[in-house]
Amino acid sequence: MKELKILGVVAAFTLLLYWGVEPFAHGQMHKHVEGHGFVYDGTADIEGATSAEKKEAKKAFWGEVNEIAKLEGNAAAGEAGFAMCMGCHMDGAAAMGGVVPPSLDHAGALYDKKYLIALIKDPAMAMNTDHKFADTMMHPMGPVMTMFMDNQSIADVVAYLKEKKAAEPTTKEAFTEACGRCHAMRYAKMTQLGDTPEFKYEKDALAHQIKVLEAQDGVKGYMGKLPPDLSIIIRARSAHFLETFVENPQTQLAGTSMPRVGLNKEGYEKVEAYLTEIGDPSKPKREELGPYVLLFFVVFSFLAFLWKKYQWRDLH
Amino acid sequence: MAKFDENARPFSEKWLDERLGVVTLKKVLSTEYWIPKDINFLWAMGMVLAATFGLLLISGIFLLMYYKPDSALAFDSVNYTIMTEVGYGWLWRHIHGVGASVVFLIIYIHMFTGIYYGSYKKGREMIWISGMLLFVVFSAEAFSGYMLPWGQMSYWAGMVITNLFSGGSLEAYGLVEWIRGDYVPGDAFLTRFFMLHVLLLPLVIIGLIVLHFGTLRLPHVNNQKGEEIDFEEAAELYKAGKKKESKVIPFNPVFLSKDVFVMGVYFILFFYLVFYHFDFAMDPVNFDPADGLKTPPHIYPEWYFLWSYEILRPFPKDPGLIAFAIAQVIFFLLPFLDRSPNVAPASKRGLFNVWFWLMLADVLVLTVMGKLPPEGVWNQIGLVSALLFFALWVALPFITKAEKKL
Amino acid sequence: MKEQGRRDFMGMALGGFTALGGLGALYAMKRSWDPLPSVKAAGFTTIDLSAAQENVLNIEKWRGKPIFVLKKTADMKADDRDVVVGSDRFLVAIGLCTHLGCIPAYLPGEKIFKCACHGGEFDPSGHEIFGPPPSPLEIPPFKLEGKTIVLGEEGPEFIRMKDAGLTV
Repeated sequence: MKELKILGVVAAFTLLLYWGVEPFAHGQMHKHVEGHGFVYDGTADIEGATSAEKKEAKKAFWGEVNEIAKLEGNAAAGEAGFAMCMGCHMDGAAAMGGVVPPSLDHAGALYDKKYLIALIKDPAMAMNTDHKFADTMMHPMGPVMTMFMDNQSIADVVAYLKEKKAAEPTTKEAFTEACGRCHAMRYAKMTQLGDTPEFKYEKDALAHQIKVLEAQDGVKGYMGKLPPDLSIIIRARSAHFLETFVENPQTQLAGTSMPRVGLNKEGYEKVEAYLTEIGDPSKPKREELGPYVLLFFVVFSFLAFLWKKYQWRDLH
Repeated sequence: MAKFDENARPFSEKWLDERLGVVTLKKVLSTEYWIPKDINFLWAMGMVLAATFGLLLISGIFLLMYYKPDSALAFDSVNYTIMTEVGYGWLWRHIHGVGASVVFLIIYIHMFTGIYYGSYKKGREMIWISGMLLFVVFSAEAFSGYMLPWGQMSYWAGMVITNLFSGGSLEAYGLVEWIRGDYVPGDAFLTRFFMLHVLLLPLVIIGLIVLHFGTLRLPHVNNQKGEEIDFEEAAELYKAGKKKESKVIPFNPVFLSKDVFVMGVYFILFFYLVFYHFDFAMDPVNFDPADGLKTPPHIYPEWYFLWSYEILRPFPKDPGLIAFAIAQVIFFLLPFLDRSPNVAPASKRGLFNVWFWLMLADVLVLTVMGKLPPEGVWNQIGLVSALLFFALWVALPFITKAEKKL
Repeated sequence: MKEQGRRDFMGMALGGFTALGGLGALYAMKRSWDPLPSVKAAGFTTIDLSAAQENVLNIEKWRGKPIFVLKKTADMKADDRDVVVGSDRFLVAIGLCTHLGCIPAYLPGEKIFKCACHGGEFDPSGHEIFGPPPSPLEIPPFKLEGKTIVLGEEGPEFIRMKDAGLTV
């Protein structure tokens, strides 16, 4: 039928146009970064090393991490080591080099095992931010390298985390522990200091705001600039970008001061779920209402077709 | 004074007709508004546009109730209040965002339909010109609306587009500042574009829509063959019950039934986009708040502006601006540059057929190139396409003049 | 005529179905006009009564309206509308004259509320005693929690008053 042929031509041009300005153009604009399933074994770091010297250092480092991962960790023995961690990673901890050390309450559930090993071995290397430090000891968490001198004690403390600190976090806890010390989330009334309380008097609210600004200055000092508020980052970046960026920030933004946080797959899914809850809360409503609206117009078109058929019955 | 029937029941048809002329009005506007029978679904695009405009108007009204035209509040009023707090606020925003994009797809289909069938010729010039005016005002409406969420794309689009008014070497920076009410797009800029978007331009659009409908009434709608129909004679035939022989149908209900069916199918696609595929119309980059100290790595206009943006891009500053300005108005001249005596589909018009498909393909290529980063081979393709665009317009009077009368 | 009937049927079926969709759209529009969740969540005000002084009118704000909190002196008549905390009695009422909505002033010397707009007067229990006001000062929904009172929630004391028809 002639009309279908015309429709085919219109549809073909429309799709070509769509393909050109969306998938094709965006594919050209953004380099493709392959995800690696939230597995941390250093492959990407070694590939992405900026000099031969760095490459060797990374190869050696991750080689050792892989060796430690093979050791049998003893959680009971790791408890004493963990006590040392609590020196800094405690409730109401003070900022270290600008950033408040995160709570480790759900560290075993949120972070990858090899990443935790690497982190204790050499934090700057694990976070893939060694380019920021002349000596990785200068990293705010650098002193940990003097606390766990032998590989077995690292394996033990990681075993402890994986056993005793592995309760399932809520999505909000996951976000707070993994991201919330640097990133605010104003749509959830969260700052780098956590939830913003309700204040009756403006004076108290302003005093709190000053504390927040001071905390942000600290983070800014450490990171170079204030990390963005993540309220609607879920709509501002593609799912693929967020995933690969969190996995290894350097692959998407070379030279960024954002550290790799070492989330495992489940941990990332929790964080993503929280970003969606806050940044795109209408998603479930959209998905619920969508089919009904589409069904409505399918039926509408069907009825309209019958009406048209009837009106045009004796025109030809 | 006219005679009034004392016994007519208030608000009965007769009573209303004596006061408002509703019977005549109904005939003129619907039941005896004659449309050619030989048409296809592309003739429904006008109604589809009207319906989309209606959706934009309704969704816009609900967005307006919580939107704050203030550079400090605008972003959160859209992305927090409307998107998360207002009941169904997200639905209005998605309809508005997707509608603003899709309306241009339909406008372009509508335009190229007109070009293909020669519906701008021989008495139909004003239809084309009023339609082109609508296109221009719609473009301004879309641009001013794009400023309102005050995200990164809003800000930088505002910056770049207002800078165009400096006129290249004329360096009319005073004019640019006057348009912005500030040195950069700021609060005054946002508020005045808000005014344009929700008041002045919609008023103009509504007026132009009325004009556009009005321009159709005397020359009548064109048809698939470009055939000249004696509408009065054909209407008599139809009214006499000889529907098969008559070449016309009444707008209501016969043509309308087809319109409504096409609209139904269109709405399936439209709401699929609203619910499941909206990123193309609501650019993720605009979900980052405006920051006057940081340009996003890739900025590009919405897709419907890309072809003319690409005409600006490959040339040096001044020629680029001139080319851009010509591209904005050249379509207005179509009825006068087409010198052919024929009103017929392009497929019957020899070289013009080639011209049509080349023009369509060229605009498509320009659109895609406009979005691609200006690097390497894309630059060359962009330049060639832009040159071809002008070459086609220069060639148009010659090829149409040489066209044989059908 | 049979044709006409069928035409009506298809056209009306489509029209009816469209109207159904219109109803759905109207519902969405109605929901968009509703007060925002944040407005509703802010509809509760907590007032600490322990610091109140006798015969000193304290004006608080609840849902945008002024709330009169007056600790009664011993010589003021007890009333069923009083909010009783231990041995203290309070008037807690919306501070808008029931005549046309102006805010009456409290005159501590005379121990009455006097509305400047049309001269209406209320006693310390909120009863109208002079002028045009048709009813006593309205009592907002409240809930007692020790020495604090939460406005916006209906506690047992309020429900008792409401059932007795004393709140308006």
